[in-house]
Amino acid sequence: MLVEDIMNTDVKTLSPTDSIAAALKMFREHKIRHIPIVNAENEVIGIVSDRDVRDASASIFDNGSKSDLLLQNELQTIMSSPVVTVHPLDFAEEIASIFYEKEFACVPVVQNGKLVGTVTEKDMLYTLIQLTGTNEQGSHIEVKVPDRPGILPEVTAIFGKRKTNIVSVLVYPCNDDPAYKILVFRIQTMNPIPVITDLRNAGYTMVWPQDDKEPKL
Amino acid sequence: MNCHAAFVYSDDLLGYHFHEDHPFNQIRVTLAKELLEASNHLNSDDIIKPRMATDDELKLFHDHEFIETVKKAGGGKLSENEGLPFGIGTEDTPMFNGMHEASAMLVGGTLAAVEAVLEKEYSHALNLGGGLHHGLKRKASGFCVYNDGAIAIKYIRQKYNLRVLYIDTDAHHGDGVQWAFYDDPNVCTLSIHETGRYLFPGTGSVNERGIKEGHGYAFNIPVDAFTQDESYLQVFETAAKQVAAFFKPDIIVSQNGADAHFHDPLTHLCISMSIYEKIPELVHQLAHTYCGGRWIGLGGGGYDHWRVTPRAWAQVWNVMRYGKVATGNIPEHWLEKWQKQAPVSLPNTWHDPESTLPTIPRKAEISEKNARMLEAAMKYATNLK
Repeated sequence: MLVEDIMNTDVKTLSPTDSIAAALKMFREHKIRHIPIVNAENEVIGIVSDRDVRDASASIFDNGSKSDLLLQNELQTIMSSPVVTVHPLDFAEEIASIFYEKEFACVPVVQNGKLVGTVTEKDMLYTLIQLTGTNEQGSHIEVKVPDRPGILPEVTAIFGKRKTNIVSVLVYPCNDDPAYKILVFRIQTMNPIPVITDLRNAGYTMVWPQDDKEPKL
Repeated sequence: MNCHAAFVYSDDLLGYHFHEDHPFNQIRVTLAKELLEASNHLNSDDIIKPRMATDDELKLFHDHEFIETVKKAGGGKLSENEGLPFGIGTEDTPMFNGMHEASAMLVGGTLAAVEAVLEKEYSHALNLGGGLHHGLKRKASGFCVYNDGAIAIKYIRQKYNLRVLYIDTDAHHGDGVQWAFYDDPNVCTLSIHETGRYLFPGTGSVNERGIKEGHGYAFNIPVDAFTQDESYLQVFETAAKQVAAFFKPDIIVSQNGADAHFHDPLTHLCISMSIYEKIPELVHQLAHTYCGGRWIGLGGGGYDHWRVTPRAWAQVWNVMRYGKVATGNIPEHWLEKWQKQAPVSLPNTWHDPESTLPTIPRKAEISEKNARMLEAAMKYATNLK
């Protein structure tokens, strides 16, 4: 999945000479937390988060005129710069690692030097929800399989034979056994029993439903 | 306390049949009915007949195009590819001959129950053939074609303008009915079910609370896999009482899926028959407290056809009609007749003996988790609006 598939293109921006008050107003009106700061050529020269603005504001206990005064400062005095940006053709997964490592929550998307979109942590989470398939009706099963080429088609052929549609597939490592992987399927059926029976008959170990840990399974 | 109650039945309800190996089997309705007859708890003058729902009635909830597709499927005129976008021809809802008529008959059964309570002298009415809560506006899903509960509630809203409380105790989330009224403040949906973590359909988290005007009128109580009687009853009783007190309904529609039992093959909940006695007792009490008795009961899931669903459903009727559950032994006559066909040993008492209940190692943790979930779920029912 590419950045261009998940980015917002309706981006609110401000210029470096706009006031902090303008940013505060924009955060409130549009319920956003990040504003890219662009120059006249729509090139990203900074970014301001709601936290930057909060840091630059007077304390809520100070209800004097100091607060109004502070809010008149220009955004270029508080914006973060340089800005980490991504390209529309970057992979969505790369942004996840930026969010994880750099600990911020929004990256502007830049093409030919110009701002074309943003991706936030929330967009990323939404994408992950789509990937796990939990937004569609389905049952969830987990199978432990040996980590070797060709295993996925072997397992999925069992679903195919039962005409069971797969909503999503995830593969994750088996913590206590590096020679195995856990396959997580969301399948479009209320009755997973025939598939589970076939998987067991084919010799696979089910992680969910469990084979014998709980009484009724 | 005896109440005037109607039992919707005719053999026409049995036409909703996908195929022999399909988990959804209306033989459950027959088994429950005959169990009641063998117990002398159901007389011929308690029974009212279902009718076929009209297309206009189906369209109270479903799209015209979907209804036409079901008709074509039932007439053998639908290709596989045409059916799939509508969820028809899948493993869950395969095509069968007369699909439309059979499905419309279940809806008509539920509408007959509504009419019995709102137009005739009955306080309660029960359609065990109904409760197909997964049916969506333009998609069959989870063994359900037409969503009789959603249609009946639309019908009640349109024709009688009453405020409806829908209580769904099927082990699967009552998603179809919830989405049908998600923005409607005059219909409050309460569903207690196994968490969607593993189980179909996957929805029904506490955070699904309705949208727009209907925000705060959808309640979800997702209990953990392997939940047992004590914890189940604690969360259900608290939730049902609080939601009823908050919403003050004019009428209750309850869906009585019986698939949360420890014998059920499709779900992972572990409750016993005792809960299937407590649920109708509580709903009955709420109907008399808030609704002048007006209560429509429906069937639903329940995939241990032999040991669980007949007893559970018979108890709904026992409470509706006589105000109390049956106890003691199951009538010999019923056991003799059905044991020959049953692949499992039929239970000979109404209760599940203590010794048959499973032992769950993580019971304490599960109960604690359910209790915390309940607090979150009831956030809006405890605040006065």
